[in-house]
Amino acid sequence: MPEPARKIRVSCVVNGAAASFEAYPMARLLDVLREELQLTGTKEGCGEGECGACSIEMDGQLVNSCLVPALQAEGARIRTIEGLAMGDTLHALQQAFITQGGAQCGICTPGMILAAVNLLAQHPQPDDAQIRAGLSGNLCRCTGYMKIFESVVAAVRQAESRA
Amino acid sequence: MEMRVIGKSVPRKEGREKVTGRARYVDDLSFPGMLHGVTVRSPAARGRIRAIHFEGELPWHEFTVVTAKDIPGKNCIALLIEDQPCLAVEFVNHPEEAIVLLAHPDKYLLEEARRCVRIEIEPLRAVFSIEDSMARKEIIWGQDNIFKSFDVEKGDVDRAWSGAEFVVEGVYETGAQEQLYIEPQGMIAQVNEAEGVTVWGSLQCPHYVHKALMILFGLPRERIRVVQTETGGGFGGKEEYPSMIAAHAALLARKSGRPVKIIYDRAEDMVATTKRHPSRTRHATAVTRDGKLLAMDIDFTVDGGAYETLSPVVLSRGTIHAAGPYACANVRIRSRAVATNAPPHGAFRGFGAPQSVFALERHFDRVAEIVGITPAEFRRRNFIRQGQTLAVGQVVKEKVDMNGLMERAFELSGYYAKRNLFTETNSDSSARAGTKRGIGFASFLHGAGFTGSGEEYLASEVAMEATADGTVHILAGSTEMGQGTNTIFAQIAAEALRLDCEQIRIVQPDTAYVPNSGPTVASRTAMIVGKLVETAAAGLLQLLRERGLLRDGYSAADFSRACCLYVAKHGALKSFVKYDHPRDLHWDDQKYSGDAYGAYAWAVYVAEVSVDARTAEVRVNDFVAVQEVGKVINPVLAAGQIEGGVAQGIGFALYENVVWQEGRMVNAQMTNYVMPTAMDLPAIRVYFEEIPYGRGPAGAKGIGELPLDGTAPAIANAIAHATGVDVRRIPITAESLLEMLEAAHA
Repeated sequence: MPEPARKIRVSCVVNGAAASFEAYPMARLLDVLREELQLTGTKEGCGEGECGACSIEMDGQLVNSCLVPALQAEGARIRTIEGLAMGDTLHALQQAFITQGGAQCGICTPGMILAAVNLLAQHPQPDDAQIRAGLSGNLCRCTGYMKIFESVVAAVRQAESRA
Repeated sequence: MEMRVIGKSVPRKEGREKVTGRARYVDDLSFPGMLHGVTVRSPAARGRIRAIHFEGELPWHEFTVVTAKDIPGKNCIALLIEDQPCLAVEFVNHPEEAIVLLAHPDKYLLEEARRCVRIEIEPLRAVFSIEDSMARKEIIWGQDNIFKSFDVEKGDVDRAWSGAEFVVEGVYETGAQEQLYIEPQGMIAQVNEAEGVTVWGSLQCPHYVHKALMILFGLPRERIRVVQTETGGGFGGKEEYPSMIAAHAALLARKSGRPVKIIYDRAEDMVATTKRHPSRTRHATAVTRDGKLLAMDIDFTVDGGAYETLSPVVLSRGTIHAAGPYACANVRIRSRAVATNAPPHGAFRGFGAPQSVFALERHFDRVAEIVGITPAEFRRRNFIRQGQTLAVGQVVKEKVDMNGLMERAFELSGYYAKRNLFTETNSDSSARAGTKRGIGFASFLHGAGFTGSGEEYLASEVAMEATADGTVHILAGSTEMGQGTNTIFAQIAAEALRLDCEQIRIVQPDTAYVPNSGPTVASRTAMIVGKLVETAAAGLLQLLRERGLLRDGYSAADFSRACCLYVAKHGALKSFVKYDHPRDLHWDDQKYSGDAYGAYAWAVYVAEVSVDARTAEVRVNDFVAVQEVGKVINPVLAAGQIEGGVAQGIGFALYENVVWQEGRMVNAQMTNYVMPTAMDLPAIRVYFEEIPYGRGPAGAKGIGELPLDGTAPAIANAIAHATGVDVRRIPITAESLLEMLEAAHA
């Protein structure tokens, strides 16, 4: 008989600050973020890695937090939607999602914005195909994606005008 | 008159909360001492419950267990009628019907417990198709398996056939479709002596839930409170089913004495909750030599599943839309909603119309071909014009120019040139193995608001209150679920009051505070409830003017000062409005004829596709959506509604295939039930014509459901153009199209 799993202590950096929690090794990182760290901006849409609503950045990679076991977070740098704005100043993508209509019901929005952040880190000037590919792991049932693409383009344009 | 706020793309009212992750959805809420709840469901489609066994080595005494015996009032989820039990007692009538509820603080243990409840069922013969239901192989509901039927008669269809040069017949089918809002359904309930029953949850219609709980608990109105939390998409899927989850959570909360949260996971949400009604439509159409409609005989059937729920109303809308935006002197529509042993099918954006419109628009392309004119020419010769009469006997009083919409859609899509080009290149024999291309369209209408006398019965209400600092609060039961209710209500009020949107607050829908504005469905929120908001604003102004506190040309500061003075002197500054049905709209429920809707949106959609001749995979390469929707209140939000609706329509047409096995959806996962991703969709190009509607707020009509009606038939017609295959059933998956292509070449 295998021993029942015991909770382990995991230390990581979440949104720039040190975080530590106790969890079963195979607990979903999604649940830890939402329940232990009260970061409820990360959403669950399907629990099987299809919809991307739980997308977060982990060491610069976009991951579905519903598929990441808590033990893997040890020593990781994690970014969630709560870590994007600087105080009251929204990230350019957050602002663009508001003005361009990229957010409707809002449930896919945190994951979608993180996917877009990750996309722009890899392709600061993405073309249409790169935008579509970069966001293809995140499902949105409201927008038909058009206004999400426009939000990404608007955020890029804003970054250019500031440069 | 120049408008300041209406017609501007004012940013979404709750946008900031949504993009920062601060918006609170039901699963983001947690109460002290809260338990989690789960539902134990029927493994069988139909049968008699023999026994319930609680097995396994579990501390069962720690669990709250609820069965039908624990229901204090009537065991039903009251909607139109009371045929659907909250918890099955002796019989089950569909797979996944709820039988037992469990609650426990540990949701992992709870999941194990759910698997350890074994329900013993003696199976009874079940019915799984429209055909078997109509053949009455088993009587599973009422006397005849029929929830509702309609008979629409205009002119004399039987006499018209003799004068016909052509008679074209066809049968068309549409499959079930899952709403697939990304936020699964969920509720939290609390029951105590002091406050009665309170539920918080993801829902479209707080007053539907309120009514259902009153009857379930046998409590008066004021002892039930329903609060809508931020709602992550609805599309009809959160119209009626939330009453069931609220009922379950509240029963567990009552028995345990603790708050209880029930959140469905995706698989449960897909397998147990409602979907779009599958349908079958038969058409027989008589046409003269010169391509004019003589008679339309339409037989429309929807599969309602095991209980009535909203099927009569879905059937009604599907029936009224079945004859489309065409003038025809002789029309017969016979329709029915039948029972099968599947979970009840329910509301889904479009509400019956996408089914019957698919059949009509696909059929009319076939009629045109047989008559020997182009699909465009056939429509052109038969489009309804102002002053003519729709199938249900409604005279079209509004200005309507379907031909103009069609020509604009054709110009924007390059329709004529592409139609010719693709016809030519597809016939080239070397194209056999490569890619075929096609372009097709659909022309259609969609009525806004409840059907017939529905709005009169609803008698919706809206209240508005201005506080001493000049902030205006809108109190309405209408819900925001992504479609923009908060923002457009703020715009309507701001325009009417000559204020900025920031000065307008939308009160969270909570039955303890907001009046019943009717359900947030049926493309009625902007047009019907929005008009009440506009009228309530006028009422506020009148109060201030009557007291001499406000003059023409006032500023926002003047308004705030006036509110302050009013409140100090006279108390609360409130206005209250109730819907008043226009006297010139008449509807006869017996004959099913008259003014079915106050207003219609009119549209022509064009789809361009390519089909891989070897794999039969279809790609939509371009999509043009042209519609006349009255005054557009917020261009970004309105375009977002159409784009999102077209995307759902593309899913309905090509990808979204519910696979049934004995009444149960067997592909209840996002992995194998496929909705469009960012990679699958073309540019969706949206254009509005605006003819202000006299009775809408600032001239607006309803738009929410419209895009679901025309998208699928436009795509089906484009595929028929590309391949020559006479597609008559959606979804047109690659697998099904491949079979049809192979059959055509055999």
